[in-house]
Amino acid sequence: MSRKIPILLNVLAVAALGLFLWWAEHSLDGYKIQILNLIAVNIILALSLNLIYGFTGLFSLGHAGFMAIGAYVCSILILSPEQKDMLFLLEPAYDWVQHAQAPFFLAVIAGGAVAALFGILVGMPLLRLGDDYLGIATLGFAEIVRVVANNIPRLTNGALGFKGIPSHANLWWNFGWCLLTLYCILRLVRSNTGNVLKAIRDDEIAAKAMGVDVFRYKLLSFSIGAFFAGVGGALLASLVTTIDPKMFLFTLTFNVLMIVVTGGLGSLTGSVLAGVGITALLEWLRVVENPISFGSWELPGIPGMRMVFFSLALIIVILYRREGLMGMREVSWAGMLAAIGYKGKAQ
Amino acid sequence: MNTDMILEAKGLTMRFGGLTAVSNFNASLPSRSICGLIGPNGAGKTTCFNMITGFYKPTSGHTFLRGQELTGMPPHLVCKAGIGRTFQNIRLFNNESVLENVMIGCHLRQKTNWIQALFFTPGHLKEDKAIRKHSLELLEFVGLERLADEKANSLAYGAQRRLEIARALATKPGLLLLDEPAAGMNPQETQELMQFIRVIREQFDLAILLIEHDMKVVMGICERIWVLDYGVTIAVGDAAAIQSDPAVIKAYLGEECAHDA
Repeated sequence: MSRKIPILLNVLAVAALGLFLWWAEHSLDGYKIQILNLIAVNIILALSLNLIYGFTGLFSLGHAGFMAIGAYVCSILILSPEQKDMLFLLEPAYDWVQHAQAPFFLAVIAGGAVAALFGILVGMPLLRLGDDYLGIATLGFAEIVRVVANNIPRLTNGALGFKGIPSHANLWWNFGWCLLTLYCILRLVRSNTGNVLKAIRDDEIAAKAMGVDVFRYKLLSFSIGAFFAGVGGALLASLVTTIDPKMFLFTLTFNVLMIVVTGGLGSLTGSVLAGVGITALLEWLRVVENPISFGSWELPGIPGMRMVFFSLALIIVILYRREGLMGMREVSWAGMLAAIGYKGKAQ
Repeated sequence: MNTDMILEAKGLTMRFGGLTAVSNFNASLPSRSICGLIGPNGAGKTTCFNMITGFYKPTSGHTFLRGQELTGMPPHLVCKAGIGRTFQNIRLFNNESVLENVMIGCHLRQKTNWIQALFFTPGHLKEDKAIRKHSLELLEFVGLERLADEKANSLAYGAQRRLEIARALATKPGLLLLDEPAAGMNPQETQELMQFIRVIREQFDLAILLIEHDMKVVMGICERIWVLDYGVTIAVGDAAAIQSDPAVIKAYLGEECAHDA
């Protein structure tokens, strides 16, 4: 197949996505648009965790921590000084916090960059640990971030958090960042550097014997993942317009982990599909939380019921498809053209 | 430092707690030679490999590659200095394709990185192409080019061994360490392997040190042999000298046979 055809198809897919977003922006109600936004953010988060866990084999549970860092940095940069005057009730903000300002695009990048910086700082000592130990240590890191955010009121406004964050994160920003994340991580894992990351996942000792500086590449993967987790957190902050430390509990990491595992560790296609599917399913399942009547008998609505259904769905996936929906497979244009008539996703 | 010698090991000793796995191992490998390291199970052969390749830091002693000191270097730098190795129990990157396994070996000498990949720079595209071509050539050399897109763990045992060698060759080593390359092979395959090892030396202009239990292989191709027993070097020499050495016969066959011989 000529190299031009996939490029052409990519351009067409992006154009189709653009058209869809343009249509959605004008025809769908706010609730549905919000779900679409969440899908984009969740895909960003899932892709970044998949890079760390699925492709490099680093069992990291620190995603909520990186998201929190991204969210706070971005919020501080896009809140106006007047808003900050109003927000910081407990104690006045530090001067540099008070006056820090940046346009939205730069604020998101700054959020990602600071998260990546913390990724490097935390990774230096922690990435020497293996498997479960790394999971526990990174979980600890995420908790530390949350507790620290709670206790530096002059930087984060403590437990009150930020309200009224300008909601710049519309469909275009979110899906733009989503595509950018997909592009960067796709190019990375398809390059020979990506092969090296997968080699570390498969057999660390053999990778060392092949001249791979394992620690350096783990740190690379971890900090790139942290960067995009920070970006996701920043977008999320601007999307929901209010953040506080309680938002970044372990459950947030768990949600992302669930998408990655369901989609398939080591499959970007899987992360995208599961990002769409699970986000949509979580919203759709709200139906079961409403009162349901079976003839004369009425089942009262139970808050949290959807999580029960959801967990059941997850258990079934793990029982019958342990490697996730996609395993380590990817959907590519070449593969799709080979099986004509098969509809796929935007890549 | 004698630079005609590709590898020199001087007084390598490895103690694990109270156990001395290898004591005072001395060896010099001439460039472009094929040498063997033999001994009964548990004699410390693989420990020697692990010390040379940086996986273990020797308790005392030094190793030099072409006169450059390697002692204490981490494995990836030892590999960069020019020592490639295979493992006793095959260690391939199982989820990757055969081609990718070799490309990972090529990564060591790659100059462009993933950032150039993001921007499709001409330098990166060119190098990527060159790496693919070189990897396919290596696969062709070991006879696996038709399986390039298969997953590594789907290969037959003998093919996995050959892939491991191709992967090690991709790092452009000056010295190749093979840990029991003939393990699990039938006599026919063993014959082919011996020929193959000689061809590797000719084609890639390197020295080879191998651990092997199959005496036909060792005696057939090794120009110099070290015999270890309980971590102690009990004999050094060419095949004929080793075969008639009473200490070696004693270690392999026991006391009485040594008298008979």
